[in-house]
This record gives sequence, structure tokens and C-alpha cells, in this order.
Amino acid sequence: MSATGTASGAAKTSSANMSLGARENPFSRTGAMIVMGVFTVYFLMPIWWLFVSATKDRSQFTSTNPLWFAEFNLVENVRELIDYDQGIFLTWIANSAVYTVGGALLGTILAGMCGYALAKYPFRGREVIFNVVLGGVLVPATALALPLFLIFSQVQLTNTFWSVFLPSLVSPFGVYLTRIYAAASVPDELLEAARLDGSGEVRTFFSMSVRLMFPALVTVFLFQFVAIWNNFFLPLIMLRDESVFPVTLGLYSWNTQVNQIPELRGYVLVGALLSIIPLILIFLLLQRFWRSGLGAGSVK
Amino acid sequence: MQLRIRAISVALLSAVALAGCASSTDSSDEGSDGGTAGGACEPSEGPVELTFTTWIPGIEGVVDLWNAENPDIQVTVQTGPNGNGGTYQNFFNQLKAGNAPDLGQIEYDALPNFRVQDGLVDLGVCEDVMAAQDDFVDWTWNQVSFGEEGSAYGVPQDAGPMAMFYRADLFEENGIPVPTTWAEYQEAAVQIKDLGGYITNFSQSDINQFAGLVWQAGGSWFANDGTEWTVDLTSPESVEVADYWQGMIDEGLVSANPPWTSEWDNAYNTGSDWTWISAVWGANSIASGAPDTAGNWAVAPMPQWAEGDAAAGNWGGSSTAVFKGSEHVYEAAQFALWLNTSDEALTALNKAANLYPATKAGADLPALQEGVEFYGGQAIYDVFAEASSQVNPDFTWGPTMTQVYSDASDGFKGAVTGTGTLTDALTAAQASTIETLKSQSIPVKE
Repeated sequence: MSATGTASGAAKTSSANMSLGARENPFSRTGAMIVMGVFTVYFLMPIWWLFVSATKDRSQFTSTNPLWFAEFNLVENVRELIDYDQGIFLTWIANSAVYTVGGALLGTILAGMCGYALAKYPFRGREVIFNVVLGGVLVPATALALPLFLIFSQVQLTNTFWSVFLPSLVSPFGVYLTRIYAAASVPDELLEAARLDGSGEVRTFFSMSVRLMFPALVTVFLFQFVAIWNNFFLPLIMLRDESVFPVTLGLYSWNTQVNQIPELRGYVLVGALLSIIPLILIFLLLQRFWRSGLGAGSVK
Repeated sequence: MQLRIRAISVALLSAVALAGCASSTDSSDEGSDGGTAGGACEPSEGPVELTFTTWIPGIEGVVDLWNAENPDIQVTVQTGPNGNGGTYQNFFNQLKAGNAPDLGQIEYDALPNFRVQDGLVDLGVCEDVMAAQDDFVDWTWNQVSFGEEGSAYGVPQDAGPMAMFYRADLFEENGIPVPTTWAEYQEAAVQIKDLGGYITNFSQSDINQFAGLVWQAGGSWFANDGTEWTVDLTSPESVEVADYWQGMIDEGLVSANPPWTSEWDNAYNTGSDWTWISAVWGANSIASGAPDTAGNWAVAPMPQWAEGDAAAGNWGGSSTAVFKGSEHVYEAAQFALWLNTSDEALTALNKAANLYPATKAGADLPALQEGVEFYGGQAIYDVFAEASSQVNPDFTWGPTMTQVYSDASDGFKGAVTGTGTLTDALTAAQASTIETLKSQSIPVKE
């Protein structure tokens, strides 16, 4: 009764599973793994090449296997890069860091406040404003760069830190995301309770709602971080002085001079490797928030 | 309620759009007002500050020399990507917004574009600039004056006279005579092919190098008689050059690596390619791209079309121009003249960036008399000084060279891989260039 019974019971349930449950086909699983493997190699290969090339001496670029190391010169290369032109590369990294961290933080707070207000406070014209902001998502940043330049010229702010920082604070997509998330995750009853307890709206926002909206805010921060760190066209148009360049524009500027100063080809590669490290770190540190933020609202 | 919301959003959007239109016309008005301010070439009162945008590596040191000697005229230099990498477009944007720098570096082939868009001050009003006309090699002055008497839209800075860099050791070892005519060049190419090498690399994207070859052959792609442009990419000289190189490509006598890449470096470094027809500044490119071949190179004049001819082409070179809207034209012209004619500035520029001066006296700079080790100790600049005097003064660039280069290089890339020929590419570029000029309302002959 016991052993054979459970064995036949197990056999029955497994056959029941085969017909009733959604069991994974081993072929489709292997197929999916193969496709993912191919794409992983495809995406990681340039980064691997970049890492390998950054460790090489310039004369070895052409004579050695591009995908494997020759001599390991990474430390000397980095040192030469930092010394070149009185440490301009470090200035560029510092500029990028300030533009990005400052811009992403402030931009996230602004977008969060906008989204929260649009979600939680009914007022006349709310949908109109939201639709206009949503229309902003459709406008590509490159189309706005030249009009921004003309506007900033009128107030004589071109070629300054603010000319890149201020436009980076704006994130229509962030407003959209935080509005959706605030509507889903911040219950109205909680806000009413807070009001009854005598908390002002701003205090409620910063002490309670921000924590409830945290995954969405981190997602917006991450998007803004990547967008501002990689921002190239706006600095290209706005800035003329090398000392305020972000690292993207600085490396590009070096790359255009490779014909005249061949040493720069090596520095561009090492600089590119160094400049992607902060992005990778940020992604690895914040990815759990990003994953939960993307799926927010899909399983209620 | 729905209707009201829609009406409000339409009103909001149109208000924003109209505000955008209004502000852009305002700024262009301001720009043109600023333009008329800096007209005649009179010295300004009191200390003057100038801005100079350039991409010459090491220019800061040269400008420091000027600033130390001229406390009343201080120049702030701004560097960034090179002209075709975005700085020319920035110049146009800044001219439109009214905040262009006083001085800018503009290559000869981009000057007509700025001239047509009326972005430059005619330095012909400055006596000192016109007095310096004879200091410069004739064809460089033509490049900045466009043949107009009493005008100069920039001060010539450097030149790129072309010659042939070749592997002296390989030619000698294999008993191949160094070619002096293009016919001999082709014969040498066949012999080199049999030995397993290539005589040179044909560049699929350096259209201005190809233009230099056409320049040597006596052709000119553009002409302007004062009222309209003539586009002549398929002139007999141009087709002659195109057919010659097409023949070399068809016979497999030239390699086709993309230029300025590791493959190109590798081809020269391993001795697979034996020559390079290039400008004076190319000396540095070979030295750093092919370090293993040090000491084995030499420089000879470009091969000629007919025995006994003495013509050379030019590849590159820039001028220093003063932008419309500068309030200190006199001081800007003084600085530009110093930068491009004084011995100390030219020596510093040559040292920092390997620039070859456009002045006649510049060829006699002490720095340019020495032998260069990479080239077996040969005093290579003598060859280039000779070449510079052999460049035809009557070559004109068009006002849309970026588009010409882009269209021609599309066709060249096809020709190099077997689709179409170089002449087809030039024909197609001819048609599209005329279209582009017409679409920009620039008068052009059909």
C-alpha cells in the first residue's frame, strides 16, 4: 500500500503533470540557451577586445592576436594616459562624474516629484500637462541640442558647466515612470492618514512616499545616469573649452586627432576602458532595483 | 470636458511652438547686428581679449609666447575636435547665435563654405595683411583670396605639399629603379607584385588626397567666375587620374586597407606596402605607424605624368580666419599674422604639431634643414620645399566639400571592392554636388 501506492501515485501525478501542467521542453530550453550564449558573446566581445587592447603597447596592436594578451602593460598605459596633457583625462572624468551624479540625482528627484504630483493630486489640466510631458519623450535629444544652444547663447551660458548640467535635469520618461509607479504603490489612504497626523505634503513625500517609490526612483536614476554619462551631442555643441568637456567628448576629440598624434590611439582605448567602469559598477550595484522596477505593476 | 482638455492641450502646444519660432528669429537678428559692428580694421582702445578656436596639438604653448610679449592683446585658445569632427558645424552655430570666437582655424577646403555663408571678415581691409601677401607661397594666397584682388579671407598657416615616401632599402635590394613618372610607377608596381608586395595602399576615403593627385595633373574640380560655380569632377585630368588608379586596382597592384587604421599601419610596418604618395605631414604618420621600418625610408618627388615635368599636388593645410562679429579685427589680424609668419611661432608650430609653413621664408627655418633619422638621415624637407613651389595656384575648392567627399568616397569604396569604377564614382558625385549646390540656392552652371 505504502511504497507501491505512492510510486503509482507519483507516476500518476507525473503523467498528470505532463498532460495538465506547463512543462518545459528540453529542446526549447537548450535552444534559448544557445541563442542567449551567442548574443552574450556578441555583446561581450567588444568589451573583451577593449580590455585586451588597453593592456597592449601601441606597436603591438597590429602584430599580435587582437583577442589575446601580449605583454601586460595596463598599469603603464594608465599612467601615461593620466600624465598626458597635464592630466586632462582626470579632469574629464571628474566633469563627467559631476554632470552625471549631480544631474541624475537632481533629475530623479525632480521627475519623482512631478510624477508623484501628477499621480496623487487631482487638479484641472493634470492630464493635459501629462500628455505634453509624454510628448516630450517622443522628441529626440539631438533635435533639441541646437535650439538649446541658441537659447543658452542668449543668456550667455554656453561653454559653461550649466549648459550641459541644466538640460540633463529633464527626464520626461522619468516623470512617466514615477507617475505610474506612484499611482500603483502609494495608497491614498496612507496619505490621508499622514495628513490627519499633521504631516505636511513635502514631509510626507520625502519621508514616506519616496521609500514606497524607491524601485522606480532607482530605475529613473539608472536611466539618467547612463544617458548623461554617455551624452555626447549636447556637450559637442555647447562646449568649446577642453576643461569642461565630459569624458565622451574628450575621447572623441582625441580620436579626431589620431592622424596627427598617433599616440592618442592608445590613449583613446585605455580611456574608453576606464570610462565604462563607473557604468558597469553602477549597473551591478543597482540592478536588483532596476529589475523590480521594470516589472512594477505587472503582478498585482 | 474632453473637448476642453483637447482644446487646452492644442493651445498649450501651439503656444510653446510659436514661442520657439519667435526666439529663434530674435537670436538671428542679434547675430546680424553683432556682425556689422566689427567692420573696418582700426586698432581698439585699451586692452583687448581675443578668443581663438583651433585643434592644433600643442597650440597652447605657442599662444603663451604671444601672450607673454603682448600684455595688451591677450588670446584665449580653445581646443576640441577637428573641423570635420564637429568644430566647423559649431562655428556655423556660433555665427548664427552671435557668439563665434574672434579667430578660428579653417582648412583650405572648408574656406569656400564659410565664404559662401558670409561668416568671415575680409582681411583685405587690413593693410598689414595685404602687405604680407608676398610673404606667402602663391598658391596658398590664392586659397585664401579665391583669386579676388585685394581680399583675404584668412591668413595661410600651413601647407601640405605632396611627395612620394618610399622604402629605399626594398627598391635597392630588388634592383627596381625609383619611379619618376607614373608609367614607371606602374611598371615598378608589377615588379613589386611579383615579389609579393604592393606598391602602395589606395585610400578609399581620403578624397582630398585624390584631389591632390588631380591637382598635380593640372585639373581643378571647381571654378568660380564671380557669379556662378562650375563643378568639374569629371574633367579630362580627373578622369585620367581615375582611370590610372582604376587600372592599378583592377590588376591587383595596390592594397585597399582603410587608411588610418591598424591594418594600414600593419601593411607599412611589415613591408607589405612600399610607397605612400602623401603630404609633408605624413612623415610623422609613417614614423609612428611603422616603427619597425625606421631608417629604411626616403622621400622623392611625386611621379610625373610626362618625363621632365615638375608639378606637385597638395593635401591639407589650414588658414587662420577672423569671424564676422569680431569686435577687434585689427588685433585679431595682428595675431594671425604673427602666428603664421614669425619665425618663433612657425618654429614652435613645427615642433609641436609638425606643421609645414605656408610662407616662402618658412622653408628656410633651421628646424627644417636637418636630416630626419627615420628617413635614413635625409633632409626630407628639401624635397617638400621644392614640391611646394611646384603646386599649381589655380586649384579651387567648392563650397560643399564635406558632401563631395562623402559622395565620392561612397563610390570609391565600391570601386575598390569591385563594384563600379572610380570614374563612375566621380560622375555620380558630380551629379549630386550640382544638386546640393542648387538646393542651397548657390548659383551653379549645369
